[in-house]
This record gives sequence, C-alpha cells and structure tokens, in this order.
Amino acid sequence: MPLSSHILTVATFLPLVGAAIIAFLPRENSGRVRMVALIFSLLTFLVTLALIFGFSRTAGGFQFEENYAWITSPPIHYHMGIDGLSLILIVLTGFLTPLCVLVSWTGITERTKEFHIFLLALETGVIGVFVSLDLFLFFVFWEVMLIPMYFLIGIWGHGRKVYAAVKFILYTMVGSALMLVGIIFLYERSGSFDYPQILAQLSDGSLPLTHTTESLLFWAFLIAFAIKVPLFPLHTWLPDAHTEAPTAGSVILAGVLLKMGTYGMLRFCLPLFPNASREFAGLLSVLAVIGIIYGALVSMVQPDLKRLVAYSSVAHLGFVVLGIFAFNVQGMEGAIYQMVNHGVSTGALFMMVGMLYDRRHTRLIKDFGGLGTTIPVFSTFFMIVTLSSLGLPMLNGFVGEFLIIIGAFHARVLWGTLAAVGVILAAVYLLWMYQRVFLGEVTDEKNREIPDCNRREKWLLTATVAVIIFMGIYPQPFLRQMDVSVARVLTRVNPEPVAAHNSKLPAAPAQAQMAPPPRPRNRATTGGASR
Amino acid sequence: MTSVGSADFIRILPELILSVFALLVMMLEPVTPLGKKTVLGWVAIAGVILAGLASFAIAYFPGSAFSASISNDGFSNYLIELLLLIAGLVLLGSMAYLERDAIDHGEFYALILMATVGAAFMVASTELIMVFIGLEISSISTYILAGYKRGEMQSNESSVKYFLLGSFATAFFLYGIAFVYGLTGTTNLDVVRETLVNSPQSASPQLLWLAVILMFVGLAFKVSTVPFQIWTPDVYQGAPAPVTAFLSTAPKAAAFAVLVRVFVGSFDHVASAGPVVFWLLWISAVLTMCLGNLAALWQSNVKRLLAYSSIAHAGYMLVGITAGGAEGTSAVLFYLAGYALMNVGAFILIAHLAGSDERYTNVQDFTGLAADRPGMAACLTVFMLSLAGFPSTVGFFAKFYVFRSAMHAHLTGLTIIALLNSVVSVYYYLALVVAMYMGEGKTQVSESSVPRALGFAIAVSLLGIFFLGLFPSGLLRDLNSLHVPWL
Repeated sequence: MPLSSHILTVATFLPLVGAAIIAFLPRENSGRVRMVALIFSLLTFLVTLALIFGFSRTAGGFQFEENYAWITSPPIHYHMGIDGLSLILIVLTGFLTPLCVLVSWTGITERTKEFHIFLLALETGVIGVFVSLDLFLFFVFWEVMLIPMYFLIGIWGHGRKVYAAVKFILYTMVGSALMLVGIIFLYERSGSFDYPQILAQLSDGSLPLTHTTESLLFWAFLIAFAIKVPLFPLHTWLPDAHTEAPTAGSVILAGVLLKMGTYGMLRFCLPLFPNASREFAGLLSVLAVIGIIYGALVSMVQPDLKRLVAYSSVAHLGFVVLGIFAFNVQGMEGAIYQMVNHGVSTGALFMMVGMLYDRRHTRLIKDFGGLGTTIPVFSTFFMIVTLSSLGLPMLNGFVGEFLIIIGAFHARVLWGTLAAVGVILAAVYLLWMYQRVFLGEVTDEKNREIPDCNRREKWLLTATVAVIIFMGIYPQPFLRQMDVSVARVLTRVNPEPVAAHNSKLPAAPAQAQMAPPPRPRNRATTGGASR
Repeated sequence: MTSVGSADFIRILPELILSVFALLVMMLEPVTPLGKKTVLGWVAIAGVILAGLASFAIAYFPGSAFSASISNDGFSNYLIELLLLIAGLVLLGSMAYLERDAIDHGEFYALILMATVGAAFMVASTELIMVFIGLEISSISTYILAGYKRGEMQSNESSVKYFLLGSFATAFFLYGIAFVYGLTGTTNLDVVRETLVNSPQSASPQLLWLAVILMFVGLAFKVSTVPFQIWTPDVYQGAPAPVTAFLSTAPKAAAFAVLVRVFVGSFDHVASAGPVVFWLLWISAVLTMCLGNLAALWQSNVKRLLAYSSIAHAGYMLVGITAGGAEGTSAVLFYLAGYALMNVGAFILIAHLAGSDERYTNVQDFTGLAADRPGMAACLTVFMLSLAGFPSTVGFFAKFYVFRSAMHAHLTGLTIIALLNSVVSVYYYLALVVAMYMGEGKTQVSESSVPRALGFAIAVSLLGIFFLGLFPSGLLRDLNSLHVPWL
C-alpha cells in the first residue's frame, strides 16, 4: 500500500489538510468547524497509534523512513524517520490535540475558524519537528511552528497576551538563530544536512572537530534547546506565555512544545557532540537542579493557579534535563518517560484550570475554597492529576521521577539528593494548592453555584486519567520502546577507552573535577542496558 | 570596432522597447480623455510585457554592444527581467491608486518606464560612463515620481530631498570614475580590471582607495547604506506608496548590480584594493543592518517602518557582497528577487489600505483589520513574515543563501551579527501583525474591496513568495550557472 510507506508524511500533514478544509468552511458555522477539527485531530491520533503497531522495538536505526531530494542546492532532503524517542512524543502530540479541540469547545467563541486552523497547523509543525531527520527540514518545522503558537497566544490569550506572545517568539528565535549558524557550519564541514549521515561521519572520525569547535557547536544547539525547555536561567518567557495563553495553547505548550527542547538535546546535542556534552554535563546538571528547586519555590508563592502550574513546569523539566545528563539508562529513560508524564499531567492541570476559569472567570487561589463539596467529580479528577504531578506511586509521575533520581544518584549523590528534595517541595506546593482550592469551607458564595463536569469534560478527563493510571502501573511497554534508542545515545556519549583518553587532554582543572565521576559507574550501567 | 551594427541594437532591445512605449504613452496622454487615463497604464504594461519577451529572446544573443559599453550576459538579463517584473507589479498596483487620489496623469506610467530603462542600462553596462548615464536617467525619473503628488507638502519635500541628496551621490560617483580614469586611462570595467591586475604598480594605492571609496559612496546613497541612508525614511514616507514600492526595489536592485560588477567583479581582484573593499563592505554591512533594524523598532508609521526595514535588507545584501565570489553574487541576486516580491507586494497593498490621500498609514490604523478584512490581513501578514525571514517564504531562503555564502567565506562573526539582527527585525514586523490580529477596536483603513489589477499583482507576489520559499533550487541553479566572465 503506498500510503503505509508514507505514513510519517500522512501523520505530519493530515492536520494541515484539516486546517485547509476549515479555511473553506463558512465563518458563521462554528459547530462544523469544531467538528472538522475534532475529526482530523482524531484521525491523526489514529495514525500515530498505527505507528506504534508497525514499530519494531528491537530494530536499530530509524523506521518508516522517507527520503526524497527536496532542494538541490544546497542538498536538502525531505528525510523523515522515527525511533523510540520520537515515536512516544508523536503519540503524545496526537493524544493531546483532540483534547485541545475538546477543551476549547465552549471556551473559544471568537474567531473559532482561525483558532482551529492555527491549532491544526501547530500540530503539523510539532509532529514535523519530531520526525525530521534532515537538519534543515528540522529547522524549518522548528521555526514554522512558532507562528501558529504566536497567534494562539496573541489572539485568544488573556491579560498581557501580546507581550507574552512576542516574548515567546523572540526568545525562541534568538536560540534558533544560533542553531542555524551551527547547522550551516556543520553543513560546510560535512557537505550534508542529513542527520544520520553527519552522525556517521562524526562517529567514524571522518569529520574531526577540534575541542573548541565542538564546544561552540554544542552551545549553538544547546542554547536553542535550553530556551525551549526552558532551563534556568532562560525560563523567563515561560510563565508569561503559559499563563496568558488560552487553555488549549497552554496544553500544547506544556505538553509538547517544551519537549521539543529536551528532544533536541537527546537527538542532536548528545549524539553529535558527545565530548562537549560530557564536558558540560556538570554545569547543565547544576542548572537543572537549580531549576527544580527554584521552580518549586516560586510555584509555592504564586497566587494565580495557572502561574503556579506554569512554574511547576520549570521544576519538572529540570528533572528531565537532570536525567538526560546523568548519562545512564535509568536517568535517560526516566527523562523520556517524564517528558510524556509531564505532557499528560501538566496538560491535564492546565485543562482543569481552564475549566475553572470558564466557570468563575478568575484563576486566583484566594477566590476559591471548598470546591470539593460543590463540584465533587471535578475535584476527584483534580486530585488524581495533582497526585500524578507530584509523583505518587502507582501513577505515572512516580515512575519517571523515580528513575531520574536513581540515575542522578548514580551520576552524583548530591544531585540525586537535591532532586529528591525537589519532589518533596512539589508535594508541598501542589497539596497546599489543592487544600486551598478544594478543601475547607466554601468562602465565596459564587462557588456554590458553579456546575460540575458536563459530559464532554468527563470524557476528556476520564481519558487523561486512564492514561495517567495505565502509565503508572504498567510502564514496561513504554520503556521498552525506547531501549534501543537510549542505548544508542549512551554508547555514543559514554566514554569508551579511546574517548576517555582524549578527553583528558583539554580538561581544565575545574572541569576535571566535574567530568570524571560519572565515568566508571556509567560503564557498568551501559552494560546493564544491553541486557 | 567603432561601427554600429544591428547586433548592437538587438542586444538592447528591451531598453529600446521600453523607451518607445514611454514616448508612446507621453504622446497618447493629450488625446486620452480625462478619467480614461488607466488605458495608458495598460499601454505601459503592454510595453513591459513586450520588453520581457524581448529580454527572453536576447538571451540567445549574448555578447557586448556599442564598443563594449553594454554587455548582454546572463547577469544583466536576469536583472532586467527582475526590473521588468517590478515595473509590471508597480504599474498594476498603481492604476486604481492614481484614479482614487485624482492624480491619474499619463506621465506617471511614462516615468516608471523611463526609470526602468535607466536601471536596465545600469545593470547592463560594463562602462562606467554608461553606468552613470543609466543612473541619471533612472534618478531623474524617480525624483519626479517622488514628488508626484504636487498638492502635498510631504510629497514635495520628499522629492526635493531625494533630488538634492541624490545629486550629491551621483557627483561622488562621477568623481570616483574620474579617479579611475586618471589611474588607468580607461572607464571600461574589464580593461580597468586587467590594467590593475596585470600592472599593479601603475596605480598609486592611495588614489585607488580614494576612487573606490568615492564610487562606493555614490552607490551607497542609492542602496541607502549607513551613513548614507538619512534621506530614505523621509522620501519613502513622503512619496506616494506605489512610487515607494518602485523606489525601494528597482533603483536598489540596479545599484546593487553595479556594486557587484564594480566591486566583486573588478576591484576584489586587485590586490592593493581588495582589503579596502572588503572592510568598506564589512563595516557598512554591520552598520546598515544594526541601524536599520534598531531604528525600525521605534516607528509608528508603516511606510517609515518599511523604509527602515529596507535599509536593514540592504545590509543583509551587503553581507552577500562582502562574501563575494560566485556564491555571494548568486545569493545577492536571489535576495534581490525575493526582496522585490515581498516589498512591492507590501507597499502596493498598503497603498490601497491607506485610503484616499493615504490618510491611514499608522500602525494603529491597522488595528482590527483581521476581523473586518481577513483576506487582506492574511496577505499583509505573509509579506511581513517573509520580510522577517520565516521558513516556507522566500525571505527565509534569501537570507539563508546570503548567510551560507558568508559562512563559506569564513565570515562567521558577520553571519552571527546578521542573524541576531534578523531576530530583532521580527519584533517590528510582528508589530503590524499584532495590530491587525490582536488589537481591540474597529479598523480605520480603507474598507473598499481590492481592484482586480491590484489583486492580480498581489497574487503574483504571493505566489512568487511561496514558490521560491518552497522550491528555491530552480532559480538558484540558474543563478549559479550565469557564466559571468568576471567571476
């Protein structure tokens, strides 16, 4: 079947087809617009699910590859392909987009047509980022995706929406400008934009990079990704963008856009520049730990529910970065797992804050209180999602955080300890928030009037909670998908005898202190990975 | 050697056709009744189309004409086609505008054609005197065009400013030519290069630097690089918007072509002038990009904003010229095409939206346009995104090729400065998008529907923007195989 050999193209551009169809629908009939958007996002989700069934867990390399010449000068290819890492993120994107359509069903009443066009175009951009294997194609999707997100925040957002939208786009573009320099530089040296080809040239030594060059390239890519993640201290765009965005925008932002940063680190920074990654792992882990603690402390004092959830993202993504730069199987698999967890749990939190906002038109914690008695069903869902976000065993968050902390302990005991403190802090701010909003007496009479979940919301939240519980008690299928990909990144980044010998030469005293500790233990853990 | 044959005339056929049609329009003007002057516009468009066909035809007769003062090569041919495209789009976009503002006189169309003729001679000549004559023909026509709204102070001011500063610029250029002649005994660029390369000791390096700097200053006025950009915002703001569309593209393209021919083609090869040329270009590229972008951040008038943006774009193109060589040249030529499409498209659309007598040209006036006229807002957004250089539009590849040529020439620092500049530019291009989509309130700008000719011109530019943004390799391959002898 010809369609099956182009399944990644279908998955990427199906939402865009939906957007094009919506563009021709009459403006007045917003019901039909919503329906078309829902159908196309669900179809895309089905296609992404089909990817899981066709995916081989044991095969190395990329699967479902498509490779055509797109532009001849310079040689740019339309090269797509996925491995376990991208697969899981594509499915997450496919899962979250229909939820975004549903959650905006009644909340978005103005210019519904444009809203859904932008939402679907955004999905195309995001999936495109995850499937691209050509650096140039990757960059194109990476940039194009900014425009729909910019409009989503700027048109349908709240409060200082324009400020937030412009800040979001400028931050990202500074990073991507540097990345573009890196990409062109790599092309000038290797003669190709093709990721597997560049990787092969770098690993077999036919494209030697000096120590300085490798470090500079590493940072050119890493800054772009760190802004997206966002890694402390580049996180300041996030609270604004997340808070001012419409609910669907926040869900996509937190759910998948942030993952593009961590995905980029795993896909590009580590495999392409392993020596620089090792050299700077200490610094990045420190920043990640600062992010964990800082994000948690700032969340604690937020008066605004949505801002609280936004800052919690800084902490959660700090865990992910910490896991990545632990350079062992547990850390990295935990990081990937946590990427998905955060997408589902924080996405759900944003949806529920949005539902509260639709009912009460406020997001301030002090305006709520005692909601547990007035809207019990909603409160139960909120409880489960909150617990998943703080990492309660049997729910998804626990698996990811646990693996990351183990990985961090292996890398360096101090980081593991501090990350564990971060978990405690997360429990503090999340439970305290829950207590102030849902428990106690009803302080404001208006809160007695608000309706509980309607049918649409129940379905939507049930689906999310089902995923949360399933991922919490049965993580094996998810983790095994990524084994091969993770092992490949680790063999690239972990020092083999030759590489270890090399990396001693340039190390300055300060770096020498940070870099060596992971090495001996890592070798043991990679042994475990291949089992 | 000195005899003039039919081959000479064939090689300037497009220019001849344009001149004939310009005269024809002038002669028809008195006999065309008032209110029917758009007919003259269509005559002019017919002339542009015929000239376009002629330029395709003469591609098969390469060679030099009129004692090697005109060269009909791939380089000039491409640029003449580009100039004709600009002229055609501007003519299509200006007819309804002139009628609306009751300034629909036939001279307008004739002047556009004459300005195009001058620019076409600039790009085709290999003789500095001939370049100068082309420059004058094109400049004088555009001085008049800038002041075309006789009743308006701003338009008059724009014209006088352009005229005074432009005259200075051409004088500088002429002075530079005089020095070149004094040093080498010729004004033919090919002979100049050969003389200087073969016997470098014949010319004193100091005088050569002076000649290079004087000629650069003359051209720098035309492409408005810092510090010779002072006239640009006032002139672009004061001139009628379709004229600004023309001013910001056609003379600029011609002046860039001359820059390439003179600097990349000739003086880059001269050992004693090479470093001076390089640093001259490097410094003006950096200054032009930075000042253009930073000044644009504070603008509230759309035409003025786009004026500063065009200064910034001149800076990006200078990056390509600094990189030099075949790669830099084709990157700049590609950039000129992309820049022409998006800038002309933006200006003629703004000319329509600004309403009669261009009352609404402030960014605030565009508030809420997306709600009232979603189609026009979407078009203007595409132009802005392309100017900002987002992928899938031509603006991205234009910048990409220029920056790649700079990286290839090991100008990493310059590339990073240019890229950071293009990030800054996103802010002010989006300011217009913010107003259209995110501002609250009713739009001020014209509610009338788009005239068909203008709609066609906008559609052509949009198609060009997306086509070259998605499939740029065809054009670039052609540009790489121009076989320009001096590269």
